[in-house]
Amino acid sequence: MLENDANPTISKSTGLPRKRFYRARAHSNPLSDSHFPVPISPSEVDYSLHYPQLFPSNDQRDRSKKIEFADIGCGFGGLLISLSTLFPETLMIGMELRDKVTEYVKERILALRVAHPGQYQNISVDRTNSMKYIPNYFEKAQLSKMFFLFPDPHFKEKNHRRRVISPHLLDEYAYALRVGGIIYTITDVEELGEWMKTCLENHPLFEALTSEELEADPAVKLLSSATEEGQKVARNEGQTFQAVYRRISAAP
Amino acid sequence: MEETPAEEGDTNKDVEVAPALIAVHPTEKSVAVAVGSDLRVFDLVGNCPVSLVDESEAPYHKDSIRTICYGSKGKLFVSAGDDKTVKIWSTESWRCIFNVVSEKRVSAAAISPNGLHICFADKFGVIWVVDLDGGVDGTQPLANKKAVSLLSHYCSIITSLEFSLDGQFLVSADRDFKIRVTTFPTKPVNEAHEIQSFCLGHTDFVSCIAFISNLECSHGFLISGSGDSTVRLWDILSGSLLDTCDIGDKVELLESKEREGCHSAVTSLCTIADGALVAVAVQSLHGIILLNCDLSNHTLSVVKVVSISEETFIPTSLSTSCSTGYLWMVTGVSSLHNLGHSSLARVKVISGFNKDDPNSTANKVSIVEDDAIPGGMKLLEKLQGGLTFDEKMFLAAAEAVKTAMSNLLTKKQYSTEKRDFRKRTRNDRKLKQ
Repeated sequence: MLENDANPTISKSTGLPRKRFYRARAHSNPLSDSHFPVPISPSEVDYSLHYPQLFPSNDQRDRSKKIEFADIGCGFGGLLISLSTLFPETLMIGMELRDKVTEYVKERILALRVAHPGQYQNISVDRTNSMKYIPNYFEKAQLSKMFFLFPDPHFKEKNHRRRVISPHLLDEYAYALRVGGIIYTITDVEELGEWMKTCLENHPLFEALTSEELEADPAVKLLSSATEEGQKVARNEGQTFQAVYRRISAAP
Repeated sequence: MEETPAEEGDTNKDVEVAPALIAVHPTEKSVAVAVGSDLRVFDLVGNCPVSLVDESEAPYHKDSIRTICYGSKGKLFVSAGDDKTVKIWSTESWRCIFNVVSEKRVSAAAISPNGLHICFADKFGVIWVVDLDGGVDGTQPLANKKAVSLLSHYCSIITSLEFSLDGQFLVSADRDFKIRVTTFPTKPVNEAHEIQSFCLGHTDFVSCIAFISNLECSHGFLISGSGDSTVRLWDILSGSLLDTCDIGDKVELLESKEREGCHSAVTSLCTIADGALVAVAVQSLHGIILLNCDLSNHTLSVVKVVSISEETFIPTSLSTSCSTGYLWMVTGVSSLHNLGHSSLARVKVISGFNKDDPNSTANKVSIVEDDAIPGGMKLLEKLQGGLTFDEKMFLAAAEAVKTAMSNLLTKKQYSTEKRDFRKRTRNDRKLKQ
């Protein structure tokens, strides 16, 4: 495209946005007040904006088809892009707090849609604070998978409440996930890995997947390989710690 | 977190005032008013002021009280606020029977219908539960209870906390427009993990919630008031919005002054006559709005605006008992620094509600003269702390309460231009044109 020649943020060879123009700080404060638009309720999430080819009009859309996968803190969107072709029939959304990074993922998805007509129509991204606004995006039991890949470790004890996996926030994730839905977590920080596992283990609405189930799940393989963060860890031959749990119904 | 300059901190201290609160015993045995750190109770049965007895290590409140309520059985009373203590009183002896220390300032509290648990919310959005096992009758010596965290709204200020009428659910409202309905567990010490629903629809902070009883529905219907100047009716099982009643235009009509772009926030609401009627207090409204709640058709509609014209009276809190036809109102503020005035409170009562025929109520409700209020002048002297007032102070008080509320609950708004201006040097923006 002609415009691309003049735009240095888009790579000439691949047509994809170039990451160095979207560098952002590695961390963002989830406690600060948000100044971006937030949908009032799940029914007000505009699907035609996120998936224009699948939903040409938001008013007349098929209300039964809903977002099923959520990548919380999707970063540069590597996982979404891998999942998109693996589950082409499933709508998925990435949620990212850092504005610039969200912009990058948006551009990346648009470029992929142009480069591969008919593909990557089922993924999108929104800038939001998922620790605050999960119920604004998803109804009860709407999701079948939630991903938390390489979240901010927040080492200091006084900052533990900023961690995206915490006993109280798991209540909200359990609300958004349907029974049988799966929550995937992975980190390269051992302490955080322990923390996430303990939180999930102690929560009455989640149970660990067996090793056979982990083996059979195609999404598990993507955890360490699909994201930019995961590839970085692999490059440095670092260790990763994952915890994958299933949403179960409450004991009577 | 950004550092605030010193002078800004000082001005914040000035505007941080607490509205006066009122609560009536469920069978109208007593009335309580909280103004600043002062808790005042009048015994309507004995027709005398009550002296509170607090022998705990930290007796009485040291800072503004933010929440007061009676248990539905009328045996317990809770007060809590900015001094990070929750005090549980016996309404028989008016002794403080439990003193609970909170880590943060307390913004809301509720007593479970069976009287066995107290829940309170702190300013960081965490809701705590205190198990009262035994000790409630007030005969045992004072004990310090420990609170256990129950659930959390992520870093949002919880504005209101209520149990459903059957005690099955705990409902919490916050400044991020949300109302959360949580199944109240049989063993609350193990935390409450099951979220029944979220009631979403308000477009500004939710300031107050209340339950309306209904024969077909044991947990009751929920109503909520908000900074978006609406009152909404909800089904808490599904979280679905049943009706929205916009009261903003009613207030506008009444005071045709120029107040463009500024919502009149609902500050307090209270159900009357078994829930057929709802009284609503609104910022800047001299009086209250009465709504009719038709549960068979799931509708809320304005019946009447009861205006108080003879003096400046913008109620900050409303309360009623289930047994009598009185609506109790208070207006006031913890302190007015800039006017060199300490606390201020004025109590008024409205009578004439008819639960069998809510529509006829419109013509019958009237403001009770001061000397005809139950308890009479003795009550007013106790609860108001005096009988004579400077009219102008109340207007200043209403303004102070309004500013404090908006500082506390409304996010700072930045225009799109201002936001874009701050992003102007970003690489991705700079080069995109």
